[in-house]
Amino acid sequence: MAWFVNGSDLSPNPVRSGMVPNLRILIVDANEVRAAIIEEGLREAGYRELVRVSATTGLVAAIEQHDPDVVVIDLEDPSRDALADMFLVSRHIRRPITMFVDQSDSASIEAAVEAGVSAYIVDGLKKERMQPILQTCISRFNAFRKLREELDEARSQLEERKLVDRAKGIVMRMKNLSEDEAYALLRKSAMNEKRKLVDIARSIITAAEVLK
Amino acid sequence: MSTLHLRVGFMPLVDCALVVLAKDEGFAETEGLNLELVREVSWSNLRDKLNVRLFDAAHVLAPMALASTLGIGGVRAPMAIPMALNLDGFAVTVSLRRFEELTRLAEGDLADPDVSARALAALVARRSAAGLPPLTFAAVFGYSSHTYLLCEWLGKAGLVLGEHIRFEVVPPPQTVEALASGRIDGFCASAPWNSAAVARGIGAMVLANVDIRRDWPDKVLVWRADDAERRAAAVAKLGRAILKASDWATDPANVPRFAHHLSAPDRLALPVDVLEPILRFEIRQGAGRPPRQIERFVRFDRAALRPEPAHADRILDGMAMAGQAVPDEEMRALARQVFRPDLFPVGAG
Repeated sequence: MAWFVNGSDLSPNPVRSGMVPNLRILIVDANEVRAAIIEEGLREAGYRELVRVSATTGLVAAIEQHDPDVVVIDLEDPSRDALADMFLVSRHIRRPITMFVDQSDSASIEAAVEAGVSAYIVDGLKKERMQPILQTCISRFNAFRKLREELDEARSQLEERKLVDRAKGIVMRMKNLSEDEAYALLRKSAMNEKRKLVDIARSIITAAEVLK
Repeated sequence: MSTLHLRVGFMPLVDCALVVLAKDEGFAETEGLNLELVREVSWSNLRDKLNVRLFDAAHVLAPMALASTLGIGGVRAPMAIPMALNLDGFAVTVSLRRFEELTRLAEGDLADPDVSARALAALVARRSAAGLPPLTFAAVFGYSSHTYLLCEWLGKAGLVLGEHIRFEVVPPPQTVEALASGRIDGFCASAPWNSAAVARGIGAMVLANVDIRRDWPDKVLVWRADDAERRAAAVAKLGRAILKASDWATDPANVPRFAHHLSAPDRLALPVDVLEPILRFEIRQGAGRPPRQIERFVRFDRAALRPEPAHADRILDGMAMAGQAVPDEEMRALARQVFRPDLFPVGAG
């Protein structure tokens, strides 16, 4: 997965800089690929005790079992509300958990919410130890979103190319043109009507269906 | 008139209705608003997205608005309440198996909250004596009228939520599944989730909040506290659209269309036949009992929407009862200021 490492603004490796972060981190994300990307990011940042949970139910049980120091959770996961109040409600959770909010740093709250991730810490953990974890998650969430957008774009480009090819075939048949001539005609029509090539293609396909 | 774009977040519940109707019946448009409604999966998301201005306004639990303004529970995000979105409309539903046990243990009419609470206490005692695990009840959020209703009801028989009965937080749309799977024995949620559990044949309603008290504060419309000052014109426009939606929603002739709007895939995504009876106040009870007529089961009328500073005191009492806060006079004064009668729209025709 080398493509993620490119340009990712990972924090300095805490292991190499001598501050070994002996923290257990629970990653709650139903999206397996993204969870793997986050895990990889945290591992690269020097964290060793990482647990991935994909189930939106049974979060209480997972926390009881793993007793994490930090929980990072996808904002699309409905169990987030349960997590927020777990310290209020469960006598089985040994240490209170609260949402990580650094009131002195509103930019990082904003970056996290916009990236779609939230982090919870057990009572007493210093916020300095939390910042690099949150930063890593934010950059990985953003990297994943960018990748997904690129994939969507590639898909829609492929879809458009298929439509243009179909329209080209129709024009070739109906007007007895070569492939190059048919394509040139489509392009010329698009330019004359100031429309996108794919829109002209769609019109031709629709017209051909109607006139069949 | 130029159009103002507003993003408003909501949770899929009957009490998000006035925001939905403001858009779907065109009241917002008349006010020059282009409303974009965004369905959310958690109350925490509504709070945080409002806080970072991904939302302009949101449909939230009144107790959560107070908790975030006061910074109770770690997150501080000051909010202003220019209007409520409903009163009442929540109820407690238990699994059919627990309902049968309560029926057997009831000394008197189970419809009486005192009787049902004592039956539950008897069940808790039996399970404890038999070495069975404690019962688990859920509410939709920690800081919610739902939690406080559970506390008050259980308290009638000396039970303490979180002590004699395990407590979990389950977001409204997940309550039915949690009950069906046996993960929880009962839950307190707003409409339509009690009816949804009954309609699925896995739950029976034990009590509605109106059985204990009427005019219970529930959901409110919130803005960021600073935005409520800076964007007074936008607050007023949305407020007027919601008041018009309130007039429309309280006309019984509109019920079928009302149910249709709520059932849409990007709203509640539930069948009309689950929603329409609720809007007619014919509440499904389950366990072979006929639907129960509860007049004004959920209130949407104009008087219900007035932001009442007195509600802050009732909510803080609830927090105190649930062990969430120790309210002093200073906290109470701050909490009352979250409700903003001065921002309640006037003169909407």
